[in-house]
Amino acid sequence: MAKKDNTTNVINENMEEKEFSTLNLGPTHPATHGIFQNILKMDGEIIHEATPTVGYIHRAFEKLAERRPYAQITPLTDRLNYCSSPINNMGWYMTVEKLLGAKLPKRVDYMRVIIMELARIADHLICNSVIGVDTGAMTGFLYIFQWREKIYDIYEDICGARLTTNIGRIGGFDKEWSPETWKKIDAFLEGYPKALKEFANLLERNKIFMDRTINCGPISAQMALDYSFTGPNLRAAGVDYDVRVMNPYSSYQDFKFDIPVGQSGDTYDRFMVRQEEMYQSLEIIRQAIAKMPKDEPVHADLPDFFLPPKDEVYNNMEALIYHFKIVMGEMDIPRGEVYHAVEGGNGELGFYLVSDGGRTPFRLHFRRPCFIYYQAYPEMIKGSMLSDAIITMSSMNVIAGELDA
Amino acid sequence: MSQDLLNKVNEQLNAKFPGAIEASELSYDFPVFTIKKENIHDVLSFLKNDTELNFHFLTDLTGFQTADEKQLAAIYHLHNMPKNFRVRVKVFMPIDKPEVPTATDIWPGANWMERETYDFFGIRFKGHPNLKRILNVDEMDIFPMRKEYPLEDQTRDDKSDKMFGR
Repeated sequence: MAKKDNTTNVINENMEEKEFSTLNLGPTHPATHGIFQNILKMDGEIIHEATPTVGYIHRAFEKLAERRPYAQITPLTDRLNYCSSPINNMGWYMTVEKLLGAKLPKRVDYMRVIIMELARIADHLICNSVIGVDTGAMTGFLYIFQWREKIYDIYEDICGARLTTNIGRIGGFDKEWSPETWKKIDAFLEGYPKALKEFANLLERNKIFMDRTINCGPISAQMALDYSFTGPNLRAAGVDYDVRVMNPYSSYQDFKFDIPVGQSGDTYDRFMVRQEEMYQSLEIIRQAIAKMPKDEPVHADLPDFFLPPKDEVYNNMEALIYHFKIVMGEMDIPRGEVYHAVEGGNGELGFYLVSDGGRTPFRLHFRRPCFIYYQAYPEMIKGSMLSDAIITMSSMNVIAGELDA
Repeated sequence: MSQDLLNKVNEQLNAKFPGAIEASELSYDFPVFTIKKENIHDVLSFLKNDTELNFHFLTDLTGFQTADEKQLAAIYHLHNMPKNFRVRVKVFMPIDKPEVPTATDIWPGANWMERETYDFFGIRFKGHPNLKRILNVDEMDIFPMRKEYPLEDQTRDDKSDKMFGR
């Protein structure tokens, strides 16, 4: 034993300056789920310093939006957080509606709530199952992933697309949902809790999973607030901030649901907050279906944003004019600036819109939650092991499309 | 409620920093304050640390260019979570000297938001620990969100946008 101590002393004396090795994690690495590069300064297996590089898939959405009519900006928002694109779409519609001062029927609000909560489930489901994969538990991922497929089937029924949805219109929906869609939603509400329970059984009280995730990448509530965290990451740190409750949009005030909060802001808490939010989302969808007004239109009275029926376009001058105006993007938009935020899959997704009355926004800025909280990542993983850094990142739910806009 | 908040913040700022407010208005549900460039750092730090106003959360920070292309602006969205107050603070600066003090010492989270604003508008945040481009390539020598760089138009002459588009 004494001999061993001697050896360490010798090594320490000779190493006046500690040598760090540099490790390039990413940009394309199977464990980072997206194009993230981190240049790590490693002391053995311990991370001494991390420098993230972002912008690999920057597509200049804010610049592109300055040349697009309002309806054509929706496809851009799809590509922000592509795990829950309907929330982005709805957030954008609501921003424009706020600018226009539109009054929406309750039916539209409730339908939007259903689709947004389905999107939230899809988002959380991917994130949580991927935390499992990164800790070595592939099974949960394989069990639960078919349920995202079922959510995508519902999207497909409503709008024809699966991933980049472009769902709905400014002011509501283009058409009534088909009876098959409602059946699929019912079937989802019926079957998903069981699957989620099964998934929870695999991970929530699993010794290996708990040992891997508890105290991994923790963040204090104060630091999370200082770094402008929002969404499940902030709630896992113990701050009960949720845009749905704080600034209710789309009639969220009509529903009763809980906001789960964590305590330590570590990977396990983030995981558990998302788990509970999925149950709450199911609860909101059930309430929305039960309260759904039956005899209301599926869109607001905004003729500037809804194409008139085709037979009217061919036989009626007014309708033809409106058709032309909409297609050419010649609607009258009020001047003004608005900020509207929705609770996205991973935080407060804000839209800052400045209109000068032209056909396109004068300035549009997306407040992208993961761009803002990803900057705390180097601090969160400092001093931890490389394998902990991987699951910290997957539990933060950083989506490349949103990060780089 | 927004009107009350507007009056309250106006009153407090006027008492503390006479003449710092260039304009204040209510834009939809947001009280908006335009602050003089000289006072912006003090005002932000006062808004954060004042126990009553307590705007402890920086929701968003972004840039903006005025239509006459002579001025840039930095736009801060602040939030007081316990009381659910939100305000927007703007600071304008001439485009040939776009400098404003950094807010990173008030909110560490302003770091990347300021880098993004610098990247796209060229606003130099004085005192920022690492002010370099973040989303665009480091070699880029323009600030692409400025209106002097319109999309498409530089190379295309087959498409006239006189009738539609700006």
